[in-house]
Amino acid sequence: MTSVEKTGNRRLSPEELEAFGAEMEAIRQRIVADLGEEDSAYIYDIVKKQRAFELAGRALFYLPVIGWVPAVACLSISKILDNMEIGHNVMHGQYDWMGDPDLNSRMFDWDTMAPAENWKYGHNYMHHTFTNIVGKDRDVGYGILRMDEDQKWHPYYLGNPLYAFLLMTFFEWGVAMHDLEVDELVAGRRTWAENKEIGARIWRKVKKQTLKDYVLFPLLTGPLAPLTFAGNFTANIIRNIWTFNIIFCGHFPAGVASFSQEECEDETQGHWYYRQLLGSANITGSRTFHIMSGNLSHQIEHHLFPDLPARRYPEIAEEVREICERYGLAYNTGPLRKQLFGVFKKICKYALPDRKSEAAAAAEPTPVLEGVAA
Amino acid sequence: MALDLGGRILRSRTVAALASPHGIDRYLTQINPMLAAHEVRARITDIHPEVSAPGAPRVATVTLQPTSTWRGHRAGQHVSVGIDTGEGRRTTRVFTVSNTESKPGEPLTITVRAHEDEHATPYSISKFLTERATVGTLVHLSQAEGDFVLPDRVPEHIVLISGGSGITPVMSMLRSLQRRTHRGKVTFLHWAPSADRQIFADELDEIRRQGHGVDLHIMHTSDGAPYLSPALLEKLVPGFREVPTWACGPASLIEAAQAAYAGTESLRVEYFKPPRTAGVAGGEMEFARTGKSVANDGATILDQAEAAGLTPESGCRMGICFSCVTNKSSGRVRNVLTGETSELPDEQIRICVSTPEGDCSVDL
Repeated sequence: MTSVEKTGNRRLSPEELEAFGAEMEAIRQRIVADLGEEDSAYIYDIVKKQRAFELAGRALFYLPVIGWVPAVACLSISKILDNMEIGHNVMHGQYDWMGDPDLNSRMFDWDTMAPAENWKYGHNYMHHTFTNIVGKDRDVGYGILRMDEDQKWHPYYLGNPLYAFLLMTFFEWGVAMHDLEVDELVAGRRTWAENKEIGARIWRKVKKQTLKDYVLFPLLTGPLAPLTFAGNFTANIIRNIWTFNIIFCGHFPAGVASFSQEECEDETQGHWYYRQLLGSANITGSRTFHIMSGNLSHQIEHHLFPDLPARRYPEIAEEVREICERYGLAYNTGPLRKQLFGVFKKICKYALPDRKSEAAAAAEPTPVLEGVAA
Repeated sequence: MALDLGGRILRSRTVAALASPHGIDRYLTQINPMLAAHEVRARITDIHPEVSAPGAPRVATVTLQPTSTWRGHRAGQHVSVGIDTGEGRRTTRVFTVSNTESKPGEPLTITVRAHEDEHATPYSISKFLTERATVGTLVHLSQAEGDFVLPDRVPEHIVLISGGSGITPVMSMLRSLQRRTHRGKVTFLHWAPSADRQIFADELDEIRRQGHGVDLHIMHTSDGAPYLSPALLEKLVPGFREVPTWACGPASLIEAAQAAYAGTESLRVEYFKPPRTAGVAGGEMEFARTGKSVANDGATILDQAEAAGLTPESGCRMGICFSCVTNKSSGRVRNVLTGETSELPDEQIRICVSTPEGDCSVDL
């Protein structure tokens, strides 16, 4: 486990944790009270832009040869906006207060293979509640990768870089299948019956997404159908690569702490905030970069306040940083290349057995795909 | 015809598949909010003040031109009305449609009395409609809903009973009957606080003058008029328990009517507001998702959740719009509208009209 100490951070006393939590809570209250016209105008504007990019992308496929690259670009932007600044954030309930059913977390579904309902459980509940608690947060390695030394090594993990590459390329499929918890199924801790409904939802959504992107829209362009098919496929892959990278930079760069289940028993609100802070990392960049990342470039703020509109994260970030300084806690941020390098290093490092605990790991063989065993 | 073809294309399965997962209306609305394939929206075309007596809350009749998707309404039905009232927030409340029966795409009216609504920010929708809305304001509608309607073949003699703003569905029925040239007899009993607050006063005067088979009795309680009782009903409508009756009003009026009709099938009721009768206090009301719990005070789960500082989603607060549907994982609840209780685990309940009986846990 990359304990708090290993990340160079200090543990806070119960009193400090309480005060720290209260400061975070105060930020939250202030923003909630301030939500209004600007936030709603912002998200409506993003939705408008996303729809425009989507229509432009679909239309440009009718322009032979010269239209293809711009079409793929527009469609990729549309899908990235749809999935991140709109989909991910709306499904967190960030805009529920607006009372608009189109932007309501219970109604919204996004333009990806993963059905909203499955994802909301795995993400909003499992991942955001148990962030970086090894053995509970299924986003630690996604049940496929070894991203923490507490996950026991097995020869299977020699493929870590390859699995990561495949997961990146087909990320939307990975996210969709994630909720089936295949690793848990293989380990016998989950039954097929539990997966029946989840699987049915995935199947329904996959059919719809496939029909749209790989049958209907290509057919509509007549003789250009193969090019449209290839374009839609490429746009989906570009979106996959982008979202994978942003998301992996949120929790796996160097200096991000993970936690044991014991540490988090009967957790106080203050410790919850503390864990969210140390279990996440930001990426620096331009305003456009932040929008295209769904403001998940402010993963720290997102984890502290998952249901506040993401456009508020940059403004909140300054205060959070200042609070971190006062409590002597690291605020993990850096440019995309630095954070990505940290992630890449981790993927490679954990592909190999740990030098010191190698003997212990070998003594107890573990089934393939066990993932994050407790 | 061309329009109809367009509508059929927009509602086709192919278009639905192309526009998945968002739906074609999400794209049409970017072009023009009055373009829709499934949803209903409307623009306000007229706002007519009904009551503007000093000191009395304002009442206005708002005329709405809906999108072509409006399927029309039957007299007595209601509609959900959502309006962006400012601060980026949309409020949705239910109102009765007050005009005569409308056909698909035809205008509808709602008659609204301004009142405070602590759960709506920054304005209550009724205040917004009577004080701030202008011609051209965009409104989000549902289709007409509700089975508080007259049958296709209206009986020879019917009784209509209403109280306060509950007059709107009854008025819509009366107007529709007049348009249908109903030849039978209508006894119309209405209770209101005082004469100067009377909605539709001119129209009622006109009906009274013309007669035409409408036997109109307006009781103003501030003038000492008697309240609804079996004796009064018997005096005005001999053998009233045998006469098909439609009653709409506040809980006190509905309860009095139910007592008078003693369970006969002649009476159909519609609450204008859900009864405020408190449920049974006792036990623990648990909000599982936020980990909060309170002592059950007998109020609706929605009220108790809000009192505990939660902000669950809600709309009409009277069991109509289903915005507040929440999973109840355990415990027994009573539906305040019907009095029915249920204790199935993992049940979807409308928390605005459900009171817990004993320990109860919901996913809030």
